[in-house]
Amino acid sequence: MLDVGRHPNIELMAYSEVEQVEGSAGCFKVRVRRKARYVDEDKCTGCGACREKCPTDVLDMYNEGHSTRKAIYSWFAQGIPSTHTIDPDHCRVLQGKKCGVCQKRCEAGAIDFEQKDKIVDLDIGAIIVATGYTVFDPGKIPEYRYRDLPNVVTAVEFERFLSASGPTHGHIDRPSDILARREIADLEKEESRLQKTLARYEEKAGATSQSVFETFAAETATPEQQQWMEKYREYLPLTEKLAALRSKAEGFATAKRLAFIQCVGSRDLRFYPFCSGFCCMHSIKEAIIAHEHENATTSVIFGMDIRAVGKGFDEYKVRGGNKSNITYRRSRVAEIVNGPNDNPVLVYEDTQQQKVVREDFDLVILATACAPNEGMKDMAAILGIELNRFGFFKTRPENPLDTTREGIFVCGCAHSPMDIPESVAQASSAASRAVQTVTVTPAKLLKIS
Amino acid sequence: MKQNKTGENTEGLRVGVFICDCGSNIAGHLDCAEVTKYAANLPGVVFTKENLYTCSEAGISEIQNAIRENNLNRVVVASCSPRTHHPLFASSCAQAGMNPYLFEMVNIRDQCSWVHMGQRDIATAKAKDLVRMGVAKSTALEPQKDIESSIIRKILVIGGGIAGLSAAEALAGMGLEVLLVEKEERCGGLMLGLNVLETGKSAAGQVSELAATVAATAGVTVFTASRVAEISGYIGNFKVAIETPTGRVEDTVGCIVVACGAVPLVEEGLFGYNGKDVITQMELEQRLATGSFKAARVVMIQCAGARNATREYCSRICCATAVKNAMIIKRKYPLAEVHVLYRDMQMYGDEKEQMLWDARGMGIKFHVFDQKKPPRVGDGKVTFQHAVLDETKEFKVDLTVLSTPLVARPESSQVAALMRVPCDKNGFFLEAHAKLRPLDFAADGIFVCGSARYPVTSVEARTQGLGVASRIGAILFKEKLVKSGIVAEIDQETCVGCMGCLNVCPYEAIIFNRETGVCEVKEILCKGCGNCASTCPSHSAVLRGYKPEQLLAQIRAI
Repeated sequence: MLDVGRHPNIELMAYSEVEQVEGSAGCFKVRVRRKARYVDEDKCTGCGACREKCPTDVLDMYNEGHSTRKAIYSWFAQGIPSTHTIDPDHCRVLQGKKCGVCQKRCEAGAIDFEQKDKIVDLDIGAIIVATGYTVFDPGKIPEYRYRDLPNVVTAVEFERFLSASGPTHGHIDRPSDILARREIADLEKEESRLQKTLARYEEKAGATSQSVFETFAAETATPEQQQWMEKYREYLPLTEKLAALRSKAEGFATAKRLAFIQCVGSRDLRFYPFCSGFCCMHSIKEAIIAHEHENATTSVIFGMDIRAVGKGFDEYKVRGGNKSNITYRRSRVAEIVNGPNDNPVLVYEDTQQQKVVREDFDLVILATACAPNEGMKDMAAILGIELNRFGFFKTRPENPLDTTREGIFVCGCAHSPMDIPESVAQASSAASRAVQTVTVTPAKLLKIS
Repeated sequence: MKQNKTGENTEGLRVGVFICDCGSNIAGHLDCAEVTKYAANLPGVVFTKENLYTCSEAGISEIQNAIRENNLNRVVVASCSPRTHHPLFASSCAQAGMNPYLFEMVNIRDQCSWVHMGQRDIATAKAKDLVRMGVAKSTALEPQKDIESSIIRKILVIGGGIAGLSAAEALAGMGLEVLLVEKEERCGGLMLGLNVLETGKSAAGQVSELAATVAATAGVTVFTASRVAEISGYIGNFKVAIETPTGRVEDTVGCIVVACGAVPLVEEGLFGYNGKDVITQMELEQRLATGSFKAARVVMIQCAGARNATREYCSRICCATAVKNAMIIKRKYPLAEVHVLYRDMQMYGDEKEQMLWDARGMGIKFHVFDQKKPPRVGDGKVTFQHAVLDETKEFKVDLTVLSTPLVARPESSQVAALMRVPCDKNGFFLEAHAKLRPLDFAADGIFVCGSARYPVTSVEARTQGLGVASRIGAILFKEKLVKSGIVAEIDQETCVGCMGCLNVCPYEAIIFNRETGVCEVKEILCKGCGNCASTCPSHSAVLRGYKPEQLLAQIRAI
């Protein structure tokens, strides 16, 4: 990424969208909307001083909503360009309120609340579409209860949990425990607020809240005592709840029994009939990393087939089974229900025994489908190219990079689901097709004349 | 005469030191003004400046003005990571007329201000130490020149299958010259022996058409029934010798593409293989193509000879081949019984999985078997343990088809030896990086595509063939090769020719000169890793920019 950002022949237009494509191969006219960042790209050095002082917390979708970022942010630390961006939906100034702290903090003078979208017209010889894919929303599968069960997460969420720079610093904390800890923190704040109030009453009256409460009679009490006791009545259940939560939290441990469910949304006629190609490998990888992090971790991967198709992939799969406590179970999980201690319980058929089995786990990870991007239809209309029956950009097997319009090529998961090495190889191929389009050869000259 | 701490002559040295605040990233945690003041008194330093952001346009022009106005011959920037910013500062110095190799960078952010947050005094003291060391090293630096080498805009492609042909087509389409060497009488490779592709088109027809187009393209020379006999040299200038039926051809090329493919495994006795009623998928393809296929009950066995202790890998393409052939049989003979015995159906991606749905819809039966209890073939039947139902099953069979893996060609180790590129334990060529550089070798200027690397479908082979073309274009479209002057050098006077360096060089950049009896560095291949310098017992090998006196100057300044 850094190499691309620094390459003299590459002009990176991040935070921009193609709006219109006219012309033909060799001489396209492309209109690009450069969205307002409210930060001057030439001045911003990416130092992050603005971010430190921004008062507005926003859910960080890079961490799949498991942590927060600020209203002025960069998508992730190593992002290229390192230019920060103001999120207009959350920035106080852009929402018409008072703030501007970032502007004061920015010593480069890069913050510009008046910035507008810019339209840029480009002369382009060939176009490569590499718009990728989107992760299937498992909430659409009612039997897996993704929205209701906190300890059912997607593979991408789990990926962030495993990351040392992620929301759990690489420890596999269970989301239910994270939520409980967050609740404890909130209640503690409330508790200390109430304690302060009660302390003021106690100091003034020279008596403990408890003693006043015991002898309290509403008919004879002063209005002040009434207010005091009202607060005390709020305080009592809160401490009880807090004590209960705290004792529960003592039993919290990181997730050690993991279940991976394959083909969530893919190879499923209700959603996507195709195979997403790379999920078997990322489940194995995640299980191996989880085991490396915590040796007591065991994983069960539930799948119809384990598709470890790539150089060294099947060897990796076997090694995971032998050395990383992974069990591969051929089964389609029918349902996930809640069990004691927020443990998800998987209901599936043990085909050999021909029995329905219920088995509980600490954490369940869903290998969600590689779905066509929502914007793909619009993109296809703008570019004047066709989609295939699965919703990806259409190509022909004889010329696997060429879309239905000359001079426009596609690579990566916008083409079809594929893994990293295949995407990299395809990107080079698309580049090659693009260069062929813009290279003038004697044969082409002959054709023109 | 001015002398620095180590007693070296500092006369004539004019060092400029730039201390970057990095907004508050550095200045927020240490006293940059004090570090700047401190730097001004270091030996050789004639100019110091603190910048809010040295990397900003303003910061860069301050460096360039200072070089011009103060006649600086050394520049030290104390800021962030050299990984991200060294190239920017060095090239900016060059623009102002200073040799870029006289620039030195000090990181007072990542390992200083960031790790000592809240300890301002400690961080400031450490920054001073680091700057002092950087200045000391800069005084010992020597000017260097970038290393340049000419480029021959011609490519040798080894192998005329779909991958090699696609590479040649794309390279010629970019206006480059191609020598394509095929060992058989005609180009086309494995596809010539196939029946039809998933699309229903003739495989041999498609690849022959491509071969004809490539052969007719200006700039492409095809040598059939030929082999590459010798390769020497390096990126930009490989000398190659090709043995052709009409004699030996010698030429020079800039890059090489390895596309020599793979072959399907044929193993006597494997599941009773006999080439008659137990055959391979490849043989089935030929029977289907010639119309000699005759069977009412067909059983296909997947992973025959693969994913086992001998051959651990999955051959990627056999499942799709089996499904394709099963569908062809079923379409032509709807009453035929076709069973596919498998371990995992590797129908990855969109179209292949759709094929599997369609095949099931046509009545082709799929059964899982357990690797530990493989099918038994004989007496006109196939018996196996069904892994899902845990039941023994038996099918009467007229024809058993084994889906055997593609294996590396026996000659590929010789091809690898010609270029000294590595193969993996299965005999496939080993790329530079499994994920990020799938088409490159670690050695510069040599690329790999198609089943020579690992089994691929014809579509994937074509994609990879086109892919290497752009990897090569990125090299050969330049006027000349230019690389960093930070390379190793070996003192010809003191080298005793022990060849210790030769063994540790990962880039084949050191050669032993038999005439002089000492080792020499091929500068264009050297990546400046320093392995040789740290190995050499007589200190004859050194790395420019990191010579002992330069590093010692830095260390002694601590």
